[in-house]
Amino acid sequence: MGSLFSEVFLGALLFGAVAAAVPLLLAGLGEQISEKSGILNIGIEGMMIAGAYFGFLVAYSSGSLWLGFLGGALAGGIVASVMAILCVRLGLNQIVIGIGLTLGLEGLTALLHHVQFSRTYPRLPAADVLAIPLLSDIPVLGPALFRHHLIVYLAVALVFVMIYVYRRTQLGLNLQAAGDKPAALDVAGVDVVRTRTVAVLSTGALAGIGGAYLANIGAGIFVPFITNGAGFLGIVLAMLARGRPVWVLLGALLFGISLSLTTALQVAGINIPTDVIQMIPFLAVMIMLVAFGRRSSLPAALGIPYERGAR
Amino acid sequence: MTATSHQAAAEPIVTLERITKAFPGVVANDNVDLQILPGEVHVLLGENGAGKSTLIGLLSGLQQPDSGSIQIDGTQRAINSPRHALSLGIGTVFQHAMLVPTLTVAENLLLGGPWWERPRKERLREKVDEISKSLGIAVDLDAYAHDLSLGEQQQVEILRALIRDSRVLILDESTSMLTPKGIEELGSLMRRLVNRGLAIIFITHKLNEAVSFGDRISVLKLGRKVGEIGPDRFKSLDKAELTTQIVEMMFGGQHSEDDAGFHKPNPLSTAEPPVLVLDGVTLESTSTAPGLNSVHLELHPGELLGIAGIDGNGQKQLADALSGQSRIESGSITLNGKRIETHSVGERRDAGLRYLTDDRLGEGTVSTFPVSLNFLLKQIGSPPYWRNQIERRADIDQHAEHLIQDYDVRTPSAHTPVGRLSGGNIQKVLLARELSDGAKVVIFNKPTYGLDLSNTVSTRQRIRDIAASGLGVLLISTDLEELLELCDRIAVMDAGTITGIVENGENARTEVGRLMVGLSQ
Amino acid sequence: MESTTTPAGTVTDPIQAMIHRLLLTLGPILIALIIAGLILIAIGVNPLEYYGYVIKRGLLSPTGVQQTLTRMAPMLFIAAGLIVAFRAGIWNLGVDGQFLLGAVASAASAPLLAAVMPSWLALIIAFSLATTVAMAWSLLPALLKAYHGVNEIITTLMMTFLGVSLANVMVKLVFLDPGTTVPQTRTLPVEDRMFRLFDTTISSGLLLGLVAIIAVHLMMTRTAFGLKLRVVGANPRAAVHSGLGVPSLTIAVFAISAALAGLAGAVDILGVQGNVRADWNPAYGLAVIPAVFLARLNGFASIGFVFLLSVLSIGGESAARRIGVPTTFTLVLIAIVLIVLAIAEYADHRYQNARRT
Repeated sequence: MGSLFSEVFLGALLFGAVAAAVPLLLAGLGEQISEKSGILNIGIEGMMIAGAYFGFLVAYSSGSLWLGFLGGALAGGIVASVMAILCVRLGLNQIVIGIGLTLGLEGLTALLHHVQFSRTYPRLPAADVLAIPLLSDIPVLGPALFRHHLIVYLAVALVFVMIYVYRRTQLGLNLQAAGDKPAALDVAGVDVVRTRTVAVLSTGALAGIGGAYLANIGAGIFVPFITNGAGFLGIVLAMLARGRPVWVLLGALLFGISLSLTTALQVAGINIPTDVIQMIPFLAVMIMLVAFGRRSSLPAALGIPYERGAR
Repeated sequence: MTATSHQAAAEPIVTLERITKAFPGVVANDNVDLQILPGEVHVLLGENGAGKSTLIGLLSGLQQPDSGSIQIDGTQRAINSPRHALSLGIGTVFQHAMLVPTLTVAENLLLGGPWWERPRKERLREKVDEISKSLGIAVDLDAYAHDLSLGEQQQVEILRALIRDSRVLILDESTSMLTPKGIEELGSLMRRLVNRGLAIIFITHKLNEAVSFGDRISVLKLGRKVGEIGPDRFKSLDKAELTTQIVEMMFGGQHSEDDAGFHKPNPLSTAEPPVLVLDGVTLESTSTAPGLNSVHLELHPGELLGIAGIDGNGQKQLADALSGQSRIESGSITLNGKRIETHSVGERRDAGLRYLTDDRLGEGTVSTFPVSLNFLLKQIGSPPYWRNQIERRADIDQHAEHLIQDYDVRTPSAHTPVGRLSGGNIQKVLLARELSDGAKVVIFNKPTYGLDLSNTVSTRQRIRDIAASGLGVLLISTDLEELLELCDRIAVMDAGTITGIVENGENARTEVGRLMVGLSQ
Repeated sequence: MESTTTPAGTVTDPIQAMIHRLLLTLGPILIALIIAGLILIAIGVNPLEYYGYVIKRGLLSPTGVQQTLTRMAPMLFIAAGLIVAFRAGIWNLGVDGQFLLGAVASAASAPLLAAVMPSWLALIIAFSLATTVAMAWSLLPALLKAYHGVNEIITTLMMTFLGVSLANVMVKLVFLDPGTTVPQTRTLPVEDRMFRLFDTTISSGLLLGLVAIIAVHLMMTRTAFGLKLRVVGANPRAAVHSGLGVPSLTIAVFAISAALAGLAGAVDILGVQGNVRADWNPAYGLAVIPAVFLARLNGFASIGFVFLLSVLSIGGESAARRIGVPTTFTLVLIAIVLIVLAIAEYADHRYQNARRT
């Protein structure tokens, strides 16, 4: 049992946890923006996988991971724009369109992958790691937490950016008003449809970057269905976090640890099925919901299309 | 823009000419002319449905007129959006608070700034300090909107309009939820504002407020402007004379037709023991709705008891408490000698208590369901329409055909979704449903609201017939004419309290009218 | 839309309405086929060849059609469960978890039971177990929704993630077949499985599935209970106004919906698969959810769409081997149909409104 607590094991566990948490974090933060503004974005899984595919394609053909992330953001944003037109502007059912987009993009990316990569299965080289001076020299914690690709730090920084946006910017106020009382935002002179469109597009971009991370850094390769429910987990995280970015971070880490723990245990030769550990965060969350779920504090207008002057 | 002292002779800021706006089935504004001048409190008076809210919607950019023109400072403008209204200097305090409950006061005031900017809290604080000092209002910028009382929320909204340099301030039924002291304060605040050169449009139901706060009064009735009293005449009359004149404008006009047919109180009504008794019925108020304050009422068989009052003073809550849709906190409801306050909706219906809701599409019917099923919405599963829980189409259809004929429901077929029918026909569907066998007491909530004339007449006749057949009828209405035409007695409700009960008769119009606008009997 | 079958009195109106509906369904499907065809052209496949091959293998060849019909069984059960939930306004997005747990429950019990009792009895017990387990799995979201108003989308999604993991744990740890090294449950011998129809390979699960979805359709359209659920779904405030017990109806909806998803699992295992392999998750739910929407929550139309889905997936599987278009193209096709249909419905709605005023 000594190996279980060895430094190597702990280090690998933490490193893996952070790496696994990043796409969830991006998806969760992205979904949070939509939900805050009153849109239940079920299409996020589709936006993620679009970002994963296109991000990989761009990174692979350009050789630049950063262009890859940009491509991912763009692809996610394009899918999101379909959602914005259909659900925000025309007011179609958000769940139907969301699931439709998810299915369609899962299929489409798998199809494109089949056409382009199914014989070659190209891989990207391992991503460059940015070791943060001094901090990365801390034993165990250093290599685990401070030797990641720059995007990882940026994703964590985004949590604080979002806190700032929500609490200190005009945009943050507008988003919250669009979700809690769109009519009040409208009479204050802000276009609700525009605000929600911005939110959905941001969700798409962030989900796309999260997808690109999964393919380009997490796996180094695009395979069909690579997101494997990460977008849906993002929805869960955003709903549980109730508008607070820090809770998305904590939730993403919780799920990240459980994902990482399974691989780490296998490496350590302990044979517990991965599924047991994967259940833990869900169990924890369900218990939390049963205990505290009574005060459901989702935005009041979540899922309801806005129509001016509707009485 | 700047708050220099304008004099009353100034040019109008806003001029409305021949404004007409129709909604499906209702003409909300019909050729309305209105001038809004700086330095004046312009009172808009009128009953529910007179078209005041629509007029406000047009001015604040929520709706567009069908015809007519709006001029701002003499040039014609189309007010496209709320943002546009604000930029033209028109600020509105809506009847239902338009603050985001989860944001603080400061954040609510900052809504609408350029999105890329950091909200300028310091600048806001300075500005608010300046305004609130000179006007004597105090708001806590850091409080959350949902923690504020309705009066405080209103002050925040007024403040918002002022921060944005509004020259016209619209107050839509702002006093309906305020305490008497709050109303006094609002009145003096309005005075200080117009003294700074603002124009105020003040919408109210209450005569004494109109008389004591206004400079000019326009009266709307059924979408049309039926009279205006300018500042000169306003000053030359004393309060009592003014009140009489306005009452004449608001409630008069139909005297010639109706006076002969004053409803005679039903001699039956007090001879028999009451069929429905409410004793001390109490319901807590919520943040959005008033409660019920120890309501005591007795209803006799064959009696038509009216509940008058301005909309939103607990009438809906009374109906919900009676029908069982909400549970009362204390007091008792007795139907035919049996206590029913703990009974469910279905049990009360079975016991003979029937409720015709005013929200015909919102809760009264399922709009996508066929007419035939909406007839049976409250009897799902009961024979003969269902046997062993299985639907009997033929019986249901036959039942529907009968009711369609008996109640003259104009529908293409019994299978037409009820939402496709006109308001009057939906009302007939509800009538048919609630009056079916076993009814003892029927509660009507605004039964003719939104109906055209012929449907209104036939619905009223139906209500009379119901009472004549020996049922107790509770008629909740905001239309005084209707109550005077139909009822034996009229109770007036104000802020969840019954403030008086008037026997219908020669003086009832004046007495109820005075109670309704907040004057004592 | 509510289904009101042709009333006797009026003649032209309902027929016109049916033609209108039909056009509004077939038109968008045609447009979607064209759009999807363009994608095929883009990847260098002749769409006519592809569609022709899919129809030939999924519909016209004897083995193909038998596979297609067999594949329909679990999807019909899932569709039935979704119809109940969606018509009652409950977004049960957790059918895949309920399906898998039902599958595992039946796979774990049936081989052991069949060894000690007649196979018909073993099957019945396995079916009931699958139903019970799936229903139990929906209890928590049901209670949270009914009494605390907790959004069921989040709870059912969580429970489906949990359920998929739990199913795997059960397969790998508890119900592992000691006889093989492959992680899977014991296998139900072919002779103990649900009988096949006539002399074909079509599982009798197809019949059960058809019975289930028609029964659900009739329950929702012809019984008092179904009508109550539809009232809750169409207008919850009207339900309160009419005195319906909304919380208990909500719990009933969850129970029925989950039970049908569990039965779907059992039918797939006891009729076709025979066992559950580790990490097996066909995720029928995600494909069937759009299908029942395309069918506008009508049971009979759902049969049509499930059949279409089945043809596309069986034909698509063959086409994948033969023409080289991967099966995932089916997902693209379904998604395009769904979105085009949604837009068509919106356009129609706007047009009708504009015409009326």
